Parts: sequence; C-alpha cells; structure tokens
Amino acid sequence: MSGGGSSGGSLRRYLLTRVALTLPMLLILLTLVFLLLRVAPGDPIRATLGDRLSTEEIEARSEALGFNDPILVQYGRYLGGVLTGDLGNPLTDRRTTLGVIADTFPATLELTLFAMMVAIGVGVLVGAVSGRLRDTPFDVGGRLFGVLIYAAPIFWLGVLAQLVFSLRLGWFPTGSRMTGFDAPRDITGLYVLDSILTLDGSALLASLHHLVLPGTTLGLVIGGIFVRLVRVNMLQTLRSDYVEAAHARGIGERSVLFRHAFKNALVPVVTIIGLQFALLLGGAILTERVFSWPGMGTAILRFLEARDYVGVQGIVTFFALVVVIVSLLIDLVNGLVDPRIRY
Amino acid sequence: MSAAAAPSPRTSSAGPVLSVRGLKVGYRTTRGPLWAVDGIDLEVAPGESVGLVGESGCGKSSLGRGLVQLLPPGAGVRGSVRLADEELVGTSSGSLRRRRGEDIALVFQEPMTRLDPLMKVSTHFVQTIRAHRPDVSKDEARHLARAALAQMGIPPTRVDDYPHEFSGGMRQRIMIALAIVLQPQLIVADEPTTALDVIVESQILDILDRLRRDERVGLVLITHNLGIVAETCDRVAVMYAGRIVEIGPVEHIFSDPKHPYTQGLLASTISLETTELHTIDGYPPDLVSPPTGCRFAPRCPAVMDHCTRVDPTLTTVGPLQEAACLLYPGADGAAVTP
Amino acid sequence: MPSPLRLRLQHAVRPFRSASRTARVLVTVGLLITIVFGVAAFLAPTFYRYDGEQYRVEQPDGSFEQLPRLAPPSAEHPLGTTRDRYDVLARIIDGGRLALAVVLFSTLIAMLIGVPLGLLSGYRGGKLDRVLVTVMDAVYVFPPLLLAIIVAFLLQAYFAPGVPSAAAAVGVVYIPQYFRVVRNHTLSVKQEPYVEAARSLGAKERTVISRYVLFNVIQSVPVIFTLNAADAVLTLASLGFLGYGVQPPTPEWGYDISQAIIDITSGVWWTALWPGVAIVTLVTALTLVGEGLNDVINPLLRARGAAGAKLDAAADGEDLGEPANVDPLSPGTEDGSGPGLAGRGFRS
Repeated sequence: MSGGGSSGGSLRRYLLTRVALTLPMLLILLTLVFLLLRVAPGDPIRATLGDRLSTEEIEARSEALGFNDPILVQYGRYLGGVLTGDLGNPLTDRRTTLGVIADTFPATLELTLFAMMVAIGVGVLVGAVSGRLRDTPFDVGGRLFGVLIYAAPIFWLGVLAQLVFSLRLGWFPTGSRMTGFDAPRDITGLYVLDSILTLDGSALLASLHHLVLPGTTLGLVIGGIFVRLVRVNMLQTLRSDYVEAAHARGIGERSVLFRHAFKNALVPVVTIIGLQFALLLGGAILTERVFSWPGMGTAILRFLEARDYVGVQGIVTFFALVVVIVSLLIDLVNGLVDPRIRY
Repeated sequence: MSAAAAPSPRTSSAGPVLSVRGLKVGYRTTRGPLWAVDGIDLEVAPGESVGLVGESGCGKSSLGRGLVQLLPPGAGVRGSVRLADEELVGTSSGSLRRRRGEDIALVFQEPMTRLDPLMKVSTHFVQTIRAHRPDVSKDEARHLARAALAQMGIPPTRVDDYPHEFSGGMRQRIMIALAIVLQPQLIVADEPTTALDVIVESQILDILDRLRRDERVGLVLITHNLGIVAETCDRVAVMYAGRIVEIGPVEHIFSDPKHPYTQGLLASTISLETTELHTIDGYPPDLVSPPTGCRFAPRCPAVMDHCTRVDPTLTTVGPLQEAACLLYPGADGAAVTP
Repeated sequence: MPSPLRLRLQHAVRPFRSASRTARVLVTVGLLITIVFGVAAFLAPTFYRYDGEQYRVEQPDGSFEQLPRLAPPSAEHPLGTTRDRYDVLARIIDGGRLALAVVLFSTLIAMLIGVPLGLLSGYRGGKLDRVLVTVMDAVYVFPPLLLAIIVAFLLQAYFAPGVPSAAAAVGVVYIPQYFRVVRNHTLSVKQEPYVEAARSLGAKERTVISRYVLFNVIQSVPVIFTLNAADAVLTLASLGFLGYGVQPPTPEWGYDISQAIIDITSGVWWTALWPGVAIVTLVTALTLVGEGLNDVINPLLRARGAAGAKLDAAADGEDLGEPANVDPLSPGTEDGSGPGLAGRGFRS
C-alpha cells in the first residue's frame, strides 16, 4: 500500500504477530470442541446408535473407530486429523464430514456473502446519511430501523417475508436453492458465480431469484447493526479535530465528508464485520431452516437431530476454523486500511 | 514565499490585513445566549504580530474561530470581520470556504489529532492546494508540499509518511506548512505551542516570526503564556470576559500596565525577580448574564462605586496604548448603563 | 434525620435524577413494558379466560369442548388460535413470563461465572490472566447461537428440557462478556490510588478485592445485564425455534413461530405474526432500558451528545476524540447508540 519499505516490513511483522496470537486461540477452540463433543457425551456410538444396535455391535464399532483408545490418543488423532483435513466420518451419513461440507458449504457461503453485501450496503448508506443529517426525519427513521430490526428475530422476519413476498405477491419462491435441473455447471458451487462464469443467463436469474429473499432477510438484520455503528462513527468523525482542520483549510464540503469523515468512520466497521461474521453464521443457521436452504446450518441441524456426535463435531470444527480464519483476514484488512495499526 | 507556484493575486494595500469591528461570537445554551466574544475591535497590519491573552474562558479561542467563522452549529457571529478589505461575516459558505486556507489560516493547539490519520501527509497538501487552485497538477502540488515541509525543517523525503509517524512538534510544523502553503495574508494561531515541549516551542515560534518578517504575513497569536507574547508579538490585546480590556505595544503594556486586570495578570506570572506569586481572587463572570458596569469590578482591587454601574470603553492611556477602565478619563464614554 | 437506608436509596437514584430527560424516558418506558410482560402472566387468570396450554374448555355438564383450530382473530380469541387449538394471546402472555425467567437465570449464571473469573484474572494478572483471556476470547469469537445450541444439545442428554437447561444454554454465551468487562475494569481500578493505598496499609487481599475493587467494578454490570437481557430473549427464541428450548407444549415464542411456518402456506398469518411482535416489543423495551441506563451511568458520554456540544465545542480547543471504539465490549459511545454491547447482538 504505502511506498516505503519500512511500512511493508512492519505490515509483515504485524501479520506474523496476528498469526502467532491466533494459533493458541485456535488450539483452545479445538480443545473445547473436543471436550464438549467427544469427551462429554461418553461413547458417541452408544449415544448415536444405542437404540438400534446390540451391545456387542456397539463395542465392535467403538473399537474399530478408536473410541476405546485413551482420550489423549484420541485428542492427538483429532488434532492430527484437523491438520490433514480429515474431520471424521459421520455415523449417519455415507459421506465423510469433509464431503458433507463440500456439498453444503458453497450454499452457506453464497447466502452469507449475499447477506453481507446487503448488510454493508444498507448499513453504510443509511448509517452515513443518518449521521450526516443528524436529527432530521431521515435520521430518526434510520435509527428506528436500527432499533426495530435489532429486536426482530431473523426467523420471524423470514416467515413474514415468505408470507408477503412468496405467498401473497408470488414474487419469490418460499425457499430452497435452485433445483438441480436449472443449476449451472458446478465450478465453485456458488450458483450465482457459476452462472456468471458459464455465461448462463437463465441460471443466473434463477439462482438470484432463489437467493434474494433469504439473503436480504439475513442481510437486513445484520445491516441494522451497521446502521447504528456507522451513524455513531460518522457523528464522531464529523466532530473530529482533523475534520475541523480540513474545514479551516477551506477543503470543500463534499471532500471533507467523503475523504475525511466517511473514510474514518468506516475503519471500525471493518473490525465489526469480523465480529458480525460469527453472528452471520448463527443467523445463517436460522435462515437456512426457515427457507430450507441446503447449507451447513441445515447439515448440522440434521446431525444434531440424529444425535450424531461425530458429524456434529466435524462440522463444528469446521465452523471454528472458518471463524478463526475470518478474524485473521479481518486483521489483515485492518492492517491495510489503517496505517496506525501496523506499528 | 519561495515555495509558491503562482503568486496569488491579492489586493496590495497599505491598510490593515485584518480589520475587526464590533465582533460578537455567541452560543446557544439552555439558559439563553452566551456571548463568548462581546464586541471587539481589532486591526492587524501586514507583517504585524498581535498577541491575544487572557485566562481560559475569556473568549480568546472563540475570537480566533470567529475570525474564520469556524464554529459549531448553533453558534452565531455578529459584527464585521474584514480581511484585506473584504467582508467575511454574512458571506456565503462557499466564498467563506474559498478564503479559508487561501487568505486566512488557522493553526490549532493540539497538533496530534489535527491530521487525518488515514491520509498521507502529501495527500493533505495536494487536497488543500487543489481545493483552492484546481488547475495545479498533482505533481506540482507535491512539489509545493516538499518545499513547504523543507521550509519548516521537515525532510521532504517524508512527504509520503502517515501522520502517526511524526512527533508532536513535527506535526505542528506540518500543520503550519499546510497553513502557509497557499501564502495566506493572515495566520491565526490558537495556542500553537501549548501541547509541545520548550525546545519545540521555540522552534515553532521562530518559524512564525520568520514568516511574518519575510513574507509579511499578519499573525494573531492566541495564548495564555505572557512570555511567548513578550518574545514574539508587536502588540498585545488583553481579553477579559469576552472583551478587550487593554491593548497596546508589548513593551508598553509589559512595563507599564494600566488596567488592574493586566496588572494582576502580569503579577501572577513568574519571572526572575518574582519573590511572591500573586493571584487574582475570584472567578470570571457568568457570560449568560454578565454583570452590569465593568465586568472585572467584582474582582478588581481598585474598584470604585460607579464601576458596577458604568460600562467602561477603551480609552487612550499612553502612546498607542488603550485601556477600558474607569480609573482613566474618557473610559466612561457615552456608554452609561441605565 | 433521614435513615441510613433512605440516604442510600437517595444516593442510588441520584445519577438517575440528574440524567437527561431522554435517558429517563427511555428507562421508564422500557421498564414499564417489561413489567407489563412480567406481571401480565401472573394476573392473566384474573382477566383472561384461557391458559397457554389450554386447548379445551370444561362445560357445565363436566364434558370438554375443544377450542377451534386456526380460528382467525375474533372477540372470543383476540389473536386467533393455533393448529393445536391453543389461544394465541394466552400463549403470548405465558411466553413472556418464561422469557423473563430464562433471561433472569441465564444472566445470573453468566454473571456468577464471568464476574468472579474476571475479577480474579484482572487482579492476579500473570499466566492465569493470559490463559483465561485466551479461553474467553476463543469462546467469544465462536458463533454464539451455535454455542448455545451445542450446550442445549449436550444438556438434553442428561436433563429434560426446561427453564434451567435453557437458561444454562443461553447463559454460557454471555460469560465472556462479563469476564472481559470486569477484567478490564479491574485492571484499571487496581491502579487507582485508593486501592494501592489500601494494599500498602496491609489490607488483606480478600478485603481489597471485595471492598474496593468489586464495589467499583460492579457498577459496570447493570448496563451489560440489561443489554444482554435483550439479547437473551432473542437467543432463547432462536433455541426454541430450532427445537432446543423448553419442552413443548410449554408456551415459548420461538417454538410457536416454528410451529406456525406450516400455517402460512394456507394463508394463516396470526399464528406467526403475534409471537414475533411480542419478541420485538420485549427486546426493544429491554434495549431501551439498557441504553437509557448506559446514559445514566456514563454521564460523560451523554455530555458529548447533543445538549453539550453547542456550548462547549469551541471552548479552548478540547479534544473530541477518535472514532467509536473498536472494542465491542466498551459500553456504547455518544448518545448511547454506540456499537456497545448491542453491537454483538445475537441477531437470531
């Protein structure tokens, strides 16, 4: 970003520090997952299949799958598996956990990316204008939106959206992703992206048609938080010393607004996006349930229902990895945007 | 200034660069309007340096901001501020914007937070220059920035660094470089060295001094530090409760202060001869409902009966020296409060 | 001579009385709505004929007449009835009591674990502090809803789903928040002269912690509590929606909405709409209390708001500060609408 070699060096050092700080957190997260889902329930085979198999069968399968080994050995095997990309084999699914994830993660990613775009778009726009037009009707409306949308459960909004836009108006389907028949050739698994890559116009329309309702519902809810944050930051940067100094130098109003106030107001937003991502994943579970969206949330709910501890553990481990990687990425973006951070 | 690109077309006149008449600066409060600056006349000649002193809350900062009308929403300015014979009060925000930075520059007290943390120093310059001279190319603007920084003793190679990479003193010099890059006729410096250490302070004062000598820039220096005024200013205006109570050449006022408040202020500073530190008892008055008569009367050691009834005006008390005190004939003027 | 108790009370309400009018209105309105929800359930039998789990009415002759299925709103059933013949209004009233009970117990659990750990971590420092902070951070970055689901899921194996296990599942999520706020506050209080003085005078560590540190740190808890309470309502509803809340047919808003999904395809809207309206109302009320309290307890932030700015901003170049704090746990900025705790909403 900056031309100076010293800045580049400090950025690298900053990133290395972040990675070094992330590793213990990842280890602790994985350990917690292991303790909660492997140690706490006792024998996962019995817990999952106890009512369907005889005691001998359970014993045999436990032995075969290594659940009778000392817990430390299993812990080591678990960590080793995570390192080599082996997240185990669910007891109630023919696929490996990684296979399940490969099948469902693109759907979740597509949903969350779309939602994040809606959230940032709505949040930044409404928040910034609210902050600039403080105490005007627009501001009052924007704040009201922020408060009410925060208080509304996402699954309820989803149900209402289905009721109004699918059933009454018939604009969008009530749920599910595009059916396999219309689906574009699978490249990334993100149907919208694949449609664009294969220049398949009808698939693009169809995939967007399915994506709009769940994605907007999830995005608006997360966007409510951005509205509040951007608005407050905007108020603060508008009163900051450097904005006043820019006015004193005779910088034009628009330039002060965008180059100074708005840009600085967005810096904390980058950090918050990282935090919201965890909420976004939680919200995605609910959204997927409401809209029958075949993503990771649906997968984990299915494993939970089947009391498939191995499957749950595998997917939760993946969630933990995603969360840690995202927070690392956010740190990276922060370091690029805000020169003060790379000390 | 050597760093300048094109000499700015300015009306060269023998008259004062700044002429203030009856300036009032007020804020709305829940208890009613508060006039932090309550009727001030002031002139600054090209190359002249006028010090503005007084306790905190006396209105000197409000006066500084009133000159450029850089005030929070809800604040109001009355009276007249003429910069090179052009009125600033009541003009459109657009023409006001064009004159800020171009003709009149403000240097702030706190340099640490005055530069946008996300913006390179060079971008500050380019933005400022091109806001006023859109025809100047980016490269030219960067060239001007380098020259202005060099003039302030900052290595031009650091032009692309970010603000946080500079020390406080360097940032203040950058602020001054930003202020002078367009060759304004007047610089208003509001406590420019308060946040800095003594060595940096003298560097900054040297810079300001050089500017007004070499570039004939008028300087209004707002400070509570009388020592700085004695060192760098030609004239000094002493403010109390929103008004100027005494004004005149620095050497006269420091050697022979006429107003009891100035006397008290001088007595309360420490010098080599100080054996006993004086203080002025009491507090400045509440400006939402100022007292009738002389505003200093409640704290004045030389208070007389009619001081609480008659509002004193500035009157000549010595060569070029004026004071607003009823001890001197002519101060009662016509302004007798009913 | 007023009694000591009265003096204490006066002292306690003083910040409230000196707070801005907006803050007082926020707190009052929010509290009123919350109280209505809390009291309604207890008074319901006196003014409402149905019970949340009632699907039939006993007739004078001893037989039972079932309530209608999916009856639209009418005088008899102001908000209609559900697929299972329950009265929607009755379930909303009972669901409010359940929500408040779970909120109370869950935040209590979070507080009982988070506050002492935070105190210990902040006061002791060193290795213990580093380990605890990393563990709490790890829990904090994890998707909170997923965490609650897993805890509820694990507890299901041992306990029947009910208020205690739901409260535990919801409460776990908020432990890191109490921990972080209390730890950071303890760190700063520890440096205060009066604490150092107490220590240098040879006060026992327990006395120092309980008398000097805890007393100061505890003041930051009510704000987190009210903001978490709003969030906890949403978390409980989400758990209920996914089937990890309390045992059906106990009236619970989230569960009721999940049951109503089938209804909307046949055009029935009242079973889905009203429980959600109840959630929005209660969450908004609790948020109002939290943000109002925030204003009351941190008057400094309030002074930076609308009222003070016009007068002071130009006075002697004061520092107006940096953009809003990045730390989501710092209590909100400015007029209480900061990212604050609400920034970490559950968004369920």
